[in-house]
Amino acid sequence: MPELDSLIAAYRKCGGDEGVLADAETPHLLASGHSVLSMRGVDGLDVQTSATDDGIIIRVELGENVSLKQPLHLCFGVLHEEGIQRITIHVRLMKNSAAHFIAHCVFPDARKVQHIMDATIEIEEGAEMRYAETHYHGPYGGVEVIPKATVVLGERGRYYADFSLLEGRVGTLSLDYAVRAGKEAVAELSARVFGHGCDVIVLREKIVLEGENARGLIKTRIALEGDASAEVTGITEGNAAGARGHVDCTEIVKDNAVARAIPVVSVIHPDAKVTHEAAIGSVDKKQMETLMAHGLTPEEAVDMIVKGILR
Amino acid sequence: MVELRNIFFQAGARKILDGCSLVVRPHEIHALLGTNGVGKSTLGYIIMGCEGYQPTAGEILFRGEVINRLGISERARRGITMTWQEPVRFEGISVRDYISLRNPSCDEASYLRLVGLDPSWYLQRMVDRCLSGGERKRIELASALALHPQFAVLDEPDSGIDMLSFDDIVHVIRLFRDNGASVLLITHRPELALIASSASQLCGGRIVCTGSPREVTDFFMAKKCSVCTEVMCDA
Repeated sequence: MPELDSLIAAYRKCGGDEGVLADAETPHLLASGHSVLSMRGVDGLDVQTSATDDGIIIRVELGENVSLKQPLHLCFGVLHEEGIQRITIHVRLMKNSAAHFIAHCVFPDARKVQHIMDATIEIEEGAEMRYAETHYHGPYGGVEVIPKATVVLGERGRYYADFSLLEGRVGTLSLDYAVRAGKEAVAELSARVFGHGCDVIVLREKIVLEGENARGLIKTRIALEGDASAEVTGITEGNAAGARGHVDCTEIVKDNAVARAIPVVSVIHPDAKVTHEAAIGSVDKKQMETLMAHGLTPEEAVDMIVKGILR
Repeated sequence: MVELRNIFFQAGARKILDGCSLVVRPHEIHALLGTNGVGKSTLGYIIMGCEGYQPTAGEILFRGEVINRLGISERARRGITMTWQEPVRFEGISVRDYISLRNPSCDEASYLRLVGLDPSWYLQRMVDRCLSGGERKRIELASALALHPQFAVLDEPDSGIDMLSFDDIVHVIRLFRDNGASVLLITHRPELALIASSASQLCGGRIVCTGSPREVTDFFMAKKCSVCTEVMCDA
């Protein structure tokens, strides 16, 4: 099967809508390993790619006052059992623009695969970016994923990111996102991961509320079973008047899994406020009993609670 | 329908139930009255089979079968259910999914209407912290109704419900009975107990009075209980 067809098949398996790739009004970019296999732009959106010796560089720029009608669909993957994918991506949303990015990262047969993503994102005054990233890693746990993003939000800029890795084994995930939010900017970082086997999950998410009345939310939901482990660090700094931030982490553990949460909140302005909450442990007993009183078995009840947390 | 025979239960060193016996007959609403902390909810948990609530002695019978050794799920599958004094929150579980847990083909909207909630507003919402205690209480009752239980323990179904909606809750409790269930109605409000067909008062770990709701509420309100030696009862 040609590589593009294989990638599309994996994209479909990961929940991607194949139809959008044929739609002339919908921008997309598909890359397998270090090869860009398909790309489409639309008016107002400039997408450029270049290959280096050891990776792909992607530049995405959205013009001033441009709102993308359709999301930009990205699909990255390594389709072979072994390989490496290193992507450097620079995104710039100019003043008062808006775009929704939907990314699928697929590694269906990975046994020894490394996926390294290094993103710099600049969201100018009044611009909005929504970024949803869904991973599918296959059953072997042979993936090492290292996504890193540095986001700068201008005045009234908005950035909403949702990372999910719920299908297949995680392997090793080492995520590092950092956002600097300007005046009246809004940043929300959400991550949902289900670890199995001996998966290792390390998340570090940071929001620095630099501007007056900036808002930040870090929301993490982790479920672990088997011998999986997770360490979640959520950092929020309130550095300006009216800044408001919240760190919210829930981790459910089963079997021999180990979870750790490290909320770090700091405030250096008297009119800023940052809060945090973390809940780690086994499935809540009262939730279990409530569902079992409806006739669910203990296994069904746990499954439903975990799915709900990761929804 | 459900019979408790000489149930003993203690939490640590504290005796909660001390030879408690109670009968709830088919298709009746039986009110269980008692002061705060006297063990009414504990008795409900024991009937439902909750973890940590195994009686140290005595038998629980459901339709003539001793069910002491059955877990919650098994009891639920036989037709027993319970609504809780403080319903839990569920992140990521919608009201629709919650109501149709064991009956995916049920008309969730109709059950919401029965408890006075507008389906167009509530069906897609999550049973999480965005709902008030009263809203969750109603949703809990709707989900229990949707199970078509044979026996329902309703633990203070009116708590958290605004006074204007009292009649709605009475209507819902009667619906359980009208749909064929027996109801153990746990309450400390005499006006709610009066809708029952029979009633008992729990005090000092035992049933100290059984009779018509009027007789038992009068007994309760007059603090006539002389059996127990609990401080709470004497207060």
